[in-house]
Amino acid sequence: MARIAPFAERSELLRVSAVDKVFPGNVAALRAMSLEVREGDFISLLGPSGCGKSTALRLIAGLSDPTAGRIEWSTPRAKGDLGVVFQEPTLMPWATVAQNVYLPFRLEGTPYSAAKDDILQTLKLVGLEKFQNAYPRALSGGMKMRVSIARAMVTQPKLILMDEPFAALDEITRFKLNNDLLDMQARIGCTVIFVTHSVFESVFLSDRIVVMAARPGRVIEELHVDAPHPRDEAFRTSADYAAHCRAASQALEQAMEAAA
Amino acid sequence: MSVTDLPGAKAGKAATVDAEEARRARRRRVEQTARYVLPLLVMVLAIWLWDRIVVWNDIPHFILPGPSRVWASLTGDWNLLWDSALLTGRITLMALAIAVVGGAGLAILFNQSRMVELSLYPYAVILQVTPVVSIAPLIFIYVESKTVGMLMCAWIVAFFPVLSSTTLGLNSVDHNLRDLFRIYGATRWQRLWMLQLPSALPYFLGGLKIAGGLSLIGAVVAELVAGTGGVGTGLAFRIQEAGYRLNIARMFAALAIVAAMGVFIFAALSLLSHMLLRRWHESAIKREH
Repeated sequence: MARIAPFAERSELLRVSAVDKVFPGNVAALRAMSLEVREGDFISLLGPSGCGKSTALRLIAGLSDPTAGRIEWSTPRAKGDLGVVFQEPTLMPWATVAQNVYLPFRLEGTPYSAAKDDILQTLKLVGLEKFQNAYPRALSGGMKMRVSIARAMVTQPKLILMDEPFAALDEITRFKLNNDLLDMQARIGCTVIFVTHSVFESVFLSDRIVVMAARPGRVIEELHVDAPHPRDEAFRTSADYAAHCRAASQALEQAMEAAA
Repeated sequence: MSVTDLPGAKAGKAATVDAEEARRARRRRVEQTARYVLPLLVMVLAIWLWDRIVVWNDIPHFILPGPSRVWASLTGDWNLLWDSALLTGRITLMALAIAVVGGAGLAILFNQSRMVELSLYPYAVILQVTPVVSIAPLIFIYVESKTVGMLMCAWIVAFFPVLSSTTLGLNSVDHNLRDLFRIYGATRWQRLWMLQLPSALPYFLGGLKIAGGLSLIGAVVAELVAGTGGVGTGLAFRIQEAGYRLNIARMFAALAIVAAMGVFIFAALSLLSHMLLRRWHESAIKREH
């Protein structure tokens, strides 16, 4: 464990420099966004809808090209370097849990026998080792999301992008998944960029919160949450947590005013 | 209202289900039985009525034979009719097979190349909307083999549902899954094989069920147009021939076999569809409530 370096010693993973994204009809989805992502960071993009946080995620994933500016990885990106978790679990309904988690390896051409250990280990990490042969429809919303996270983590990627993954879940499930996510990140030692519109979620999870505003989508403020890891339920009720939440809420309010 | 007022919770009775659930279970059981009993009852009633109409009105058998005469024809001419049924059945199944290969193959081709789709799709529609009875005589002028001609007719009728539903299925892939495949650098064939074809399967099976019935219709129509000419005689020809001879009972008997074949094809394809989808697809889920 503890594969994540302390803040000061983290090396750069990728850099977003002055990126613009304009959609047809001259809609500025993102203007002059810059962000330095370092290995081991947990970064939240926090903002109201329409602030370009999902667009930023798509650009970083390489699913879309910036209109201007650059997104550069420190070392060239290999196939298994990136994992993605969407708002919906996005599982293949015709495949079992294990087959769904196998997908990234399968697309690389790795035979199942070679990937099996990694798959089972990752399923254990998300607490679903007993469900490897179940089909997605037999699982609850929270369990499906765990499968989705397992699939994103199974290749031990350098970076995982998460687009409001817990927005559709109930609060109890969300808190549990928040706790587990931090634990899993610590074990795998990956970097996470996490899109959310929940102040509480962003404070609990993040090292850094990038607050964004809409019309045009842009970065308003970057907050540091320097509370130490591991974070647990005690952190959720601490004065430190409350102070960070207040700061993030104020920044978000400014973002809403800036847009209006 | 207190709990003891509920009718399902009477004293002395171990009520594991409440009154509402008990009612629901009873309704389900009744429905299960009625599903088979009621249609059977309708059939018995209809046959009895048919028999009475013939007897009471003294209708001659060359106009409307009674059920007993039709039954006698069905059993008496069984060998003759069975051979015809085998022929029609063979044409139907072969037509269905090439409709599946052709329909699904075209759908995959269209999906892989937008330009091919734009070029050919209008003609697939034209082929579909033109009544096959009007195309069939032309086919038999240019096609030497009656079997090939009949297959072509049946194919024209049956391929389109497979094509259109498979096309819809191939295009109905979850957008996020498509993105995920892109992120992991999937090739076009990986995307087709691991993502689009499984997504399209439920749609394809829906089209297949329709195509099964249509290929029987296509085979019957083709037979009527083609006549006998050396390929033996199918059920449609038997119906026509019996009509010329005023052997109405045999017409009914042959018709009953055609209908039974249609039902059999539909049931077999429904079963196939259920077997392939039951483990994962929403349509195969039995809800408790």
